[in-house]
Amino acid sequence: MSNFDFEIIGRSLGYLFFEGMRFTLTLTFLAAIGGVILGTGLAIIRLSGGRVLSAVAAGYVNLVRALPLVLVIFWFYFLVPYLGQWLTGSSRPIHVGGFASALITFIVFEAAYFSEIMRAGIASIPRGQAAAGLALGLTPLQSMRYVILPQVFRIMLPVLLTQTIVLFQDTSLVYVLSITDFLGAASKIAQRDGRLVEMYSFAALVYFIVSFAASRGVQRLRALIAVPR
Amino acid sequence: MRLMPLMLAATMLAAPAMAADLTGTLQKIKETGTITLGVRDSSIPFSYLDDQQKPVGYAIDICYKIVDAVKQELKLPDLKVQTVSVLSSNRIPLMANGTIDLECGSTTNNVDRQKQVAFTNTHYLTASMFVAKKASHLTTIESLAGKTVVSTAGSTNIVQLNQANATRKLGITVLAAKDHAEAFLMVETDRAAAFVMDDIILASFIASAKDPSAYALGDEAFSLAEPYGIMLRKDDVPFKALADKATSDLYLSPEGKAIYAKWFQAPIPPKGLNLNTPMSKGMVHAYAHPSDNPDPESYVE
Amino acid sequence: MHRHQGRAVGYNWNWGIFWEQSPEGNGTYLDMLVQGLGTTLLTAALAWIIALVVGSAVGVLRTLPGRTAPLLASAWIELFRNMPLLVQLFLWYFVFPDLLPTPWAIWLKQLPNASFVTAVIGIGFFMSARVAVQISSGIEALPLGQRAAATALGLTSAQTYRYVLLPMAFRIILPPLTSELLNTIKNTSVALTIGLAELTARARAVQEFSFQVFEAFTAATLAYLAINLIATLAARWLESRVRVPGYGKA
Repeated sequence: MSNFDFEIIGRSLGYLFFEGMRFTLTLTFLAAIGGVILGTGLAIIRLSGGRVLSAVAAGYVNLVRALPLVLVIFWFYFLVPYLGQWLTGSSRPIHVGGFASALITFIVFEAAYFSEIMRAGIASIPRGQAAAGLALGLTPLQSMRYVILPQVFRIMLPVLLTQTIVLFQDTSLVYVLSITDFLGAASKIAQRDGRLVEMYSFAALVYFIVSFAASRGVQRLRALIAVPR
Repeated sequence: MRLMPLMLAATMLAAPAMAADLTGTLQKIKETGTITLGVRDSSIPFSYLDDQQKPVGYAIDICYKIVDAVKQELKLPDLKVQTVSVLSSNRIPLMANGTIDLECGSTTNNVDRQKQVAFTNTHYLTASMFVAKKASHLTTIESLAGKTVVSTAGSTNIVQLNQANATRKLGITVLAAKDHAEAFLMVETDRAAAFVMDDIILASFIASAKDPSAYALGDEAFSLAEPYGIMLRKDDVPFKALADKATSDLYLSPEGKAIYAKWFQAPIPPKGLNLNTPMSKGMVHAYAHPSDNPDPESYVE
Repeated sequence: MHRHQGRAVGYNWNWGIFWEQSPEGNGTYLDMLVQGLGTTLLTAALAWIIALVVGSAVGVLRTLPGRTAPLLASAWIELFRNMPLLVQLFLWYFVFPDLLPTPWAIWLKQLPNASFVTAVIGIGFFMSARVAVQISSGIEALPLGQRAAATALGLTSAQTYRYVLLPMAFRIILPPLTSELLNTIKNTSVALTIGLAELTARARAVQEFSFQVFEAFTAATLAYLAINLIATLAARWLESRVRVPGYGKA
């Protein structure tokens, strides 16, 4: 291998982190929040909605989980403007930027995975608790909101965070749309200056450090918040 | 064929349109106060990112002339210009679904594409060629037999490569790269023996390579010189008329030639590369008689 | 809904596109998708073999007594689990050859199916970390008595794993392994970034050549659903075939 050029990394740090990593982290954070909210909704519908609704929710979750993320990314990049038109009743497709499109894609995709986590969590709460809530005069929704979900989030927090680390890694796939996330930024510089070895090695190292540190953190958390039984 | 849109444009200029009368892209621009340009990362010198990752190039300059015309037509001096990075493989669906309003790059205008999108007047003519490392001594299309050859996904060039491969039974392994830079990289890193693309784009990649003397263009073209056009949405007569008028005014004026010279005959960013490519005969003709004709034969005198 | 939108933006629907000749000149658009499906399945099958073999070895190492073997196994798992698959494929494709002596690098890069080989290895190793985690937790889920009983019978460590622990562990983790197999199939699509002509890549190529974006992606979606359904049914059948009576199913 000829002359490994560390300097190229130093010169592009600003672009890599302020453009690229900021995009990646913002996308990860917002998609995780959106995905958990939508996923929780799907899980509740599946467990307590009517037969038709829960079948629709189950169908959605199974459909999304059967598809590769890359295909879903392609689908949504072309489809989201039409969906926006349909939702707003506009006369033409809505303009949707790369970030918004990616965010919607990841929320919709990750919601299916978060929903399975939440469903397992809700199922793990003894049925007596929901019954106790009802006996106290709470509606089923109130009992879900005030009795069940707080416990589910506590039990499932480590799993939700682990899934968020997976999401962090998955956001690299917006590369296929030429969007400037962290990997996109690295590859643009790599290609422009013909420095693939340096830039891809550095990108790999950064992803590794962030994911490894985060999963260590999750392990700590798991020990800390374990519900005493 | 050229008269109709020009007449339409003339009537529109005579009576500035109300927002309510507007249709299609112009209505969209008026209502949103924004026009969105589709740009490329590495179509040097047509549309690419400079040192500050800002889109620049010959096609970008032309697009801003159209933007100026839109500002005037809609009386929107503060019109906001957004850019969206597009690929050969997604530019047409992104035009259709309203993500971009003008595509400013190196898009070949052909009959097949006109089924989904429209083009304004031709801004360049280029033939499909291949580049290889000199050391590999590849000069003819036949010599690529059995090799791995890359082209850009979604380009007309990859179609021509596939066709040549099938009709001449060459047994080439065709790789589809995401964009031109990735494709050239495949040759640079010996992942592919050759890269099939429009000659001007290949020339600019060779010129900006770490060692330009290591590469050579082949001697044989895959096609006649084909026209490039700025892409628009289909069936949008008023917007196309405006873009056609803006571009033909530009090409017929000294400013058009100056913009050409700026990108093809002078040092360009980011590295001060000079492509030294004077206008071909076909280009002189295309500038003198602005046209959106997709037929390559129509540009041969 | 689609028809309305189609009219609004001038999208020309054409479901007959699959029977038209593709510009590649060697068949119809449908043939392109079928070839892509074949590549997806072949790549996934070979990657899955690597994932199972390497993953089992690493998973077993992780449960061995002592410190070194589990540490090595954990390092392997963390390494392949904490980088995005896309980045790993780039490392194998663009970086790894340049770390080798030049003649080897040239040979490797000019393999006629370099994308395919890279995808099989890259995805195989990536999935091996996940398989290893499943295997080791399957082994750990077995009652300690099983290992003790095997030792009491005079089995060596290797024999204990071969005849007692692994057969039971595999049965326990069959459902999560099935979903890892499905992940392997889905992950092959990431290899389109290194030029592998798998199903998603071919669907995209159909879109590029014909401009029929929704038809092309619908066809690919249906194909993935079919793969999923078949694999799930096959796994259920396998689970019922290998179930140890009175064990496992709670």
